[in-house]
Amino acid sequence: MPSLKDLKIRIESVKSTRKITKAMQMVAAAKLRRAEENAQAARPYAERMNAVLSNLAKGSADSPTAPLLLRGTGKSDVYLLIVATAERGLCGGFNSSIVKLARAHAEKLLSEGKTVRILTVGKKGREQLRRDLGDKLIDHVDLSDVKIVGYSNASAIATQVLTSFNAGEFDVCTLFYNRFASVISQIPTAKQLIPATFEEGEEEAAAMSYEYEPDEDAILADLLPRSIATQVFTGLLENAASEQGARMSAMDNATRNAGEMIDKLTIQFNRTRQAVITNELIEIISGAEAL
Amino acid sequence: MQFDLVTPERKLASMDVNAVQIPGADGDMTALPDHAPVLTSLRPGVVSVESASGTDDYVVTGGFAEVSPEGTSILAEQAVPKAEATREMIEAVLEDARAALETATDDTRTVAAQRVNDLGELLNIHFS
Repeated sequence: MPSLKDLKIRIESVKSTRKITKAMQMVAAAKLRRAEENAQAARPYAERMNAVLSNLAKGSADSPTAPLLLRGTGKSDVYLLIVATAERGLCGGFNSSIVKLARAHAEKLLSEGKTVRILTVGKKGREQLRRDLGDKLIDHVDLSDVKIVGYSNASAIATQVLTSFNAGEFDVCTLFYNRFASVISQIPTAKQLIPATFEEGEEEAAAMSYEYEPDEDAILADLLPRSIATQVFTGLLENAASEQGARMSAMDNATRNAGEMIDKLTIQFNRTRQAVITNELIEIISGAEAL
Repeated sequence: MQFDLVTPERKLASMDVNAVQIPGADGDMTALPDHAPVLTSLRPGVVSVESASGTDDYVVTGGFAEVSPEGTSILAEQAVPKAEATREMIEAVLEDARAALETATDDTRTVAAQRVNDLGELLNIHFS
């Protein structure tokens, strides 16, 4: 049975842990609001881009002159997986859920005899994937110095991917990230970037017959690389919001657990103290009786 | 008509306007209400917006514009109000464009060269 002093030390230690988790929770909440605003602000561009491209792509997806980014290389031997995770831990299952999805995907592809290459964004994903898929990791993008992801970060990743695609290093490219649904729910998502896929817009009826300047193919060739960057950017922003959301709820749980633990320890402390007093009384009384 | 100027990071402008002058890839064009639907890519240049409260100018470094009878929306990779744009900003973009031209393949060389050219022109006309 722990002594009174031990219990006191433990209670103090749990109390300071609770202070830390509480502070982290509040920081995450503030950052989450920021990240959500950023994600929201980026939405009109991404939506418009998607609408215009899906409109354009409908017309020329099957034509043999369509850009490779749209119709693919015609093969599906080499897969590039971009796994975007956080730079920091202590955010619940945020990192593991992305890695789990990516790993399942990679293993399925490997069992089908395909070649898999992995590009990691964020330190945590790399650490987890290194254990069993270490030989598949080709490169790593470090965002640990970046406080708020900007379009330039996404654009740099996209350029790297496009250069490698143009050099014929892979056929299909998929991005893994966590889609932000709410503070308590982040959905690990796999999005295929190359060949391009489009979310079906709701405004089907609004499809107008545009006149194109310079011409359809030129615009498509111009837009597709931009759209890759936009989709990476959307992924990174969703990830940033999800990370803070996950951290917030993880730290909320931790704070609550610490509170429960303090209650339990305090009860134990009081009981022990009472027992010690009772013991002393018994000793005094029995001593007095013996006289 | 409605005018929207959006960049990947935020919505820069959204307002009711009379006319928009767009630096299209094949030359400048002005979009007025009830313009036929056009989709054009942009060259680096100045977008000039005429509204009831006066004229606003924005510097864009590329992207595309979607013109429909109801409105015009411009999706620009980078855009800033002209008053806030500096020569250094454009020069940085020009530097990137030059680097891209260095590494361009035969297919992309004309496009890359055109971009360097357009950026140089933008600097000469608006930031000299």
